[in-house]
Amino acid sequence: MIDVLVIGGGNAALCAALMAREAGASVLMLEAAPKAWRGGNSQHTRNLRCMHDAPQDVLVESYPEEEFWQDLLKVTGGITNEHLARLVIRESSTCRDWMRKHGVNFQPPLSGALHVARTNAFFMGGGKALVNAYYRSAEALGVQVRYDAPVDSLELDNGRFVAARIGDERITARTCVLAAGGFESNREWLREAWGQNERGEWPADNFLIRGTRFNMGVLLKFMIDAGADTIGDPSQSHCVAIDARAPLYDGGICTRIDCVSLGVVVNRDAQRFYDEGEDFWPKRYAIWGRLTAMQPGQIAYSIIDSKAIGRFMPPVFPGVQADTLPELARKLELDETQFMRTMSDYNAACRVGTFDHTKLDDCHTEGLQPAKTHWARPLDTAPYYGYALRPGITFTYLGLKVDDTAAVRFNDQPSDNLFVAGEMMAGNVLGKGYTAGVGMSIGTAFGRIAGTRAAASALAQRVTGVKSEAA
Amino acid sequence: MKQLEALVQQASGALSPAMASTSAPSTSHTMNATAIATPAAARSAATATTSQMARDGRASAAATEQPIQWHAKGASTTPASLSDDETEVARVMQICNACRYCEGFCAVFPAMTRRLEFGKADINYLANLCHNCGACLHACQYAPPHEFAVNVPQAMAKVRVQTYSDYAWPGALGKLYKNNGLTLSVALAGALALFLVLTVAITGGLLHEPLAGNFYAIFPHNTLALMFGLVFVFAILSLGIGVRRFWRDVSPGTASGAAVAEATHDALRLKYLDGGHGKGCNNADDAFTLLRRRFHHLTFYGFMLCFAATSVATIYHYGFGWQAPYDYSSLPVLLGTVGGIGLLIGPAGLLWLNLKRHPLQGDAAQRPMDRGFIALLFLTSLTGLLLLALRETSAMGLLLAIHLGVVMALFLTLPYGKFAHGIYRCASLLKWSIEKRQPDGLKLGSD
Repeated sequence: MIDVLVIGGGNAALCAALMAREAGASVLMLEAAPKAWRGGNSQHTRNLRCMHDAPQDVLVESYPEEEFWQDLLKVTGGITNEHLARLVIRESSTCRDWMRKHGVNFQPPLSGALHVARTNAFFMGGGKALVNAYYRSAEALGVQVRYDAPVDSLELDNGRFVAARIGDERITARTCVLAAGGFESNREWLREAWGQNERGEWPADNFLIRGTRFNMGVLLKFMIDAGADTIGDPSQSHCVAIDARAPLYDGGICTRIDCVSLGVVVNRDAQRFYDEGEDFWPKRYAIWGRLTAMQPGQIAYSIIDSKAIGRFMPPVFPGVQADTLPELARKLELDETQFMRTMSDYNAACRVGTFDHTKLDDCHTEGLQPAKTHWARPLDTAPYYGYALRPGITFTYLGLKVDDTAAVRFNDQPSDNLFVAGEMMAGNVLGKGYTAGVGMSIGTAFGRIAGTRAAASALAQRVTGVKSEAA
Repeated sequence: MKQLEALVQQASGALSPAMASTSAPSTSHTMNATAIATPAAARSAATATTSQMARDGRASAAATEQPIQWHAKGASTTPASLSDDETEVARVMQICNACRYCEGFCAVFPAMTRRLEFGKADINYLANLCHNCGACLHACQYAPPHEFAVNVPQAMAKVRVQTYSDYAWPGALGKLYKNNGLTLSVALAGALALFLVLTVAITGGLLHEPLAGNFYAIFPHNTLALMFGLVFVFAILSLGIGVRRFWRDVSPGTASGAAVAEATHDALRLKYLDGGHGKGCNNADDAFTLLRRRFHHLTFYGFMLCFAATSVATIYHYGFGWQAPYDYSSLPVLLGTVGGIGLLIGPAGLLWLNLKRHPLQGDAAQRPMDRGFIALLFLTSLTGLLLLALRETSAMGLLLAIHLGVVMALFLTLPYGKFAHGIYRCASLLKWSIEKRQPDGLKLGSD
């Protein structure tokens, strides 16, 4: 019998499989996706948020535990678990050598991205390169990997894992790690979670999925139905405003629109709805998905003029371009009169000081609701550009409740051979909001814990098994 | 799970052809407005757009697929019209420039981030800066089967061969890059025939009494020097004119000493075959290997040692009046022997790697050119070493004719085959070393 069965194929699953194998357990991984699509959302990630007290290989300056914790506290609005969060934070400071051992390469800090080279270690080539490295290492260590192996249910016995089922096939193992992702690819579940709004719309129908199409939440749903303790709100997720023309799945990083703070954003009624200049874009991009989801039709339009060109990351699709604002309104099919009123009001309210996109400058609006508090400059230089935005879901936060052992719990009692890691439990640490790279920190920390615990439990069972046979 | 499969088929199957048909060439922000994909344009497509659905108040899950709209080609703003292969590089670079995960692998991506638009010259420069290491294909979240179908190494390879042919001098001979395997075969057969016939004409047969390794008893030294000198000078001239035109088009700016030194270092070390992490590049799969770099070093330095052997021999001949054959322990023979061994192992290794290369890597249409050049290098070395070993036998004349034929074919095709990659690559490396020392005009907020 297999010692440790790992269900999933992304970062957390791979970390669990590698740790379990290193501990001497036999390991079988079941990845739902075919090989070409393996790795879940990890293939779209780029970096790992890392605590460090002093400059460390690819990380500059320092990012102490307390600062990391305060950042997490701020973005989650307190919906987190301090004990588990600090565990993740501390793990993030020591896991990189282990990652390197398994073939992960980190990128030396770049002059252009220094403010993130302090808090985040970047994978050379991104998350897919990391996933490839882990699979190579796993296979070299003798981990068995099966692709196209979507588990649809488990056999449980009083909180203990007995077997996994793929259709009629039954796969038994001494222990099991669940690391099969959230439910963001499951349109029906998203629809149900977001419900119907006061306008009678089903907002989730207009969401795009930035990540894998394989996170259908099958096991998450199974575990919830089986009575496992859960945590988190199903409507909470990492949700970014992305280009409305992005593909339905796997749009990844390149569909983001980074010019929001350089212009204004209007909704379908051609009205502004939020302060575009509230804070630096890297600190604000993750709230705009939800803001857009709240708008009628779940669509918004980022409007800039030519002064912004060359100041933001180039979007993957070209903007809608026009020589005048009324022409832009027509091309975007927005109400021209209302659009021009919004633009005139905004332009008239701008109090331009010294524009500086690298700091919270003094360009702001006066007497405008909502205000734009920084980088407010009139949109007056043709040509003008518009980008339609949609909410793009990266991953959902509803998950299984855990303590620091990563054990799945039933009625607050930990299972002794069923563990969980990655998106399926990230909600314990991340109840809402997001800060770059923390998903990988959680997945790595809990993947490693789950793998270690699962191996220990399986090896103990082996010993007990031998004893009982001898007796 | 049926449902899941259906979703996947819908998403990947349905979109791939759509991508191919709607993928249009790119320039970035300054293109012609009418050519840009607008929501209205998207709406006219068969699939309902998200905004239309929203306005209609329709709610239907999983119906938000849209045809992908790429940056349209704006003829008014593109300095020169792009070929299909260049258009594909522009499309791919537009996606890469919005992602940038690969920026640590090589110089192509940092060079890309200094641009928002990709005109013909930029595309030719980036294509030749690409070393075809393959790392960015395996790391790419948008590589096939993703509907974006990003394959940077392949797109770059296709443009590279086009630059060689576009910039070839004389222009009409640029065609020789097409069906290059045939070009090489004809050159080889012709050159072999020439020297075999000459041998028969001079010695009356292919075998002869041993001549104690005296080549010049068959072919007078001055005849050989003239024949090979002319062909070699023509090759240098042809490649020189081509690369000079390329250099002008990529408008590099002024080279500082530091830039030249760095480019030289990067070329001689094959820096960009180290993967950015020192573990090497990709060949058969996503694992890294230093073998290509090492075999290439053996090939290149082997070739240079053979070249040095010839140069030293020429100096001996004309400078000191020391005539061949040279002793086995003489400098020309030692250089040639060591170089020749390198030029045997190197090309053999490169051929082996080429045969094992991942099918999505590089441009399959160029394999005959790559393998033909590798084979010619291997044969040059093999015949040279055989000639050395058997120079005192009666087969010397035959082996000499074959060796000279192979070398002649190599020289004749230098400007119209794979050899060109080294010249254009070096020019692009120098351009990058100059460019990176210039201030970056863009002030993009980074992520």
